Amino acid sequence: MKILVCISHVPDTTSKINFTDNNTEFDTNGVQFVINPNDEFGLTRAMWFKEKQGATVDVVNVGGPETEPTLRKALAIGADSAIRVNTPATDGFQVAKQLAKIVKDGEYDLIIAGRESLDYNGGMVPGMLAALLNANFVNTCIGLEVEGDKVTAIREIDGGKETLSTSFPLVIGTQKGLVEESDLRIPNMRGIMQARKKPLNVVEPIETTPQTTIEKFEKPAPKGAIKLIDADNLDELINLLHNEAKVI
Amino acid sequence: MSVLVYTESEEGKFKKASLEVASYAKEVAQLLQTTVTAVTFNNKDTSELKNYGVDKVLNVTNEKLGNFNAEAYADVLKQAAEKEGSKVVVLSQSANSKYVAPLLAVHLNAAYVSNVLNLPESVDPFTVKRSAFTNKAFSHTKIETDIKILGLSNNSFGLRESQGSATAEEFSPTLSDADFSVKVVSVDKAKDKVSIADADIVVSGGRGLKGPENWGMIEDLADTLGAALACSKPVSDMGWRPHGEHVGQTGKPVASNLYIAIGISGAIQHLAGVNASKVKVVINNDPEAPFFKAADYGVVGDAFEIVPKLTEKLKEFKAKNA
Repeated sequence: MKILVCISHVPDTTSKINFTDNNTEFDTNGVQFVINPNDEFGLTRAMWFKEKQGATVDVVNVGGPETEPTLRKALAIGADSAIRVNTPATDGFQVAKQLAKIVKDGEYDLIIAGRESLDYNGGMVPGMLAALLNANFVNTCIGLEVEGDKVTAIREIDGGKETLSTSFPLVIGTQKGLVEESDLRIPNMRGIMQARKKPLNVVEPIETTPQTTIEKFEKPAPKGAIKLIDADNLDELINLLHNEAKVI
Repeated sequence: MSVLVYTESEEGKFKKASLEVASYAKEVAQLLQTTVTAVTFNNKDTSELKNYGVDKVLNVTNEKLGNFNAEAYADVLKQAAEKEGSKVVVLSQSANSKYVAPLLAVHLNAAYVSNVLNLPESVDPFTVKRSAFTNKAFSHTKIETDIKILGLSNNSFGLRESQGSATAEEFSPTLSDADFSVKVVSVDKAKDKVSIADADIVVSGGRGLKGPENWGMIEDLADTLGAALACSKPVSDMGWRPHGEHVGQTGKPVASNLYIAIGISGAIQHLAGVNASKVKVVINNDPEAPFFKAADYGVVGDAFEIVPKLTEKLKEFKAKNA
């Protein structure tokens, strides 16, 4: 089984979000970048397939040279090799097109990508990639078992889950629940040393036309002051929720 | 030219989010001087859509589409969009809509923009405001493609009634075997519980509740309010509650009318995930908890005393206002 895990290079979840250039560019100043958490759940599951079922695991990112430390981290966690498509990620469709080329060239069976990246929250790359590849697709995947060419996946639905059966080639959109939080791996020294020697291939992008452009970013308006209600006066809270906020 | 909407229903009843996308589509259609066509699956009575400005309904009756199937549904929606000559397709941000939208986008050669918050800021060029960075920011995004697919953030637009004719028509698109290469084996869904995505009110518990055995009072409060249950990340990581209840940046987003946080300090990742909720209430014994800076109403005190009391008072309130 050949697995490709798509890695998004995103600001750490604790980051303060700011913009520069007249609110047209994300301000990377002082921001720590990490593997997109939704991708990391998928990468961790891929490691299980590598160790238990002899799968090979490659990772890929669409982005500039600044994303390489994030790919090295994925290698230190245990991926066999990395690919960087040398172009900035502009919109989800453009990223999906670049990834589709990598999948076709590498003839992967299973492609894993987070259900959305924590920066732009587009939520489209896994689905678009599947459609471009004519591959099967399971989104919000929280369980995956492979037996020969038979795949059983569990998908989270609103208010529950469903079990699906399908086959390769398959794209899954991953999220929390696919593996336990305690299964996530922090790279150890040996992993980090090995990662330095593993291949990180830089490939040039194919030509694509973005479908969307971000004209401007905006930050939410500052929050008004909180109304504190005395713990002995809960009637007042109910009154406010009913008459002022009108939510009950 | 019609604006196309995918209206989801459950056991024959339209989901609130679907009535919201219909309301939204109606106003987009007015901007574009066209009409609204809804696509429904195996729905015998679609008359409710009349009240939300839908002019025409394409209902697909097909046993094979009894369970949601993203590839097949995308194929149906594609053929419906082609039949109607639609330039704009609107979906909600339900799990199923998020699943089908990117597939549909590729099939229609259309751009897909998710988490849309308002009506288009302009239609030529076509620009919309959407949330990004898990509600820590918004972006004003211009769509360059001829056909546009919009994923409307749940609870961002609200229900707006307007009269349409909702003329129903049977629609029988051609489906291929490839549409069914992902098969549903079983569905496991709590029947009597409201999901976080569909809930008007969400009641959420954190580490301050000290253990899973203390969730009874949280459930009582949620039941009294008809609310969905949620929890913070540490609570799901420790296995006190299922992952499906984890809300926050790496969990589920919440965009309810009312969000009640109990024993949750309000880490930045948690706040980001719940920020889209309209009104936030925090109950916490630590007045320094960051959630007090993000909420609209707060009660400082012991949740173990406050929550049961609040539930009792809400029951009285409900009885009086029933």
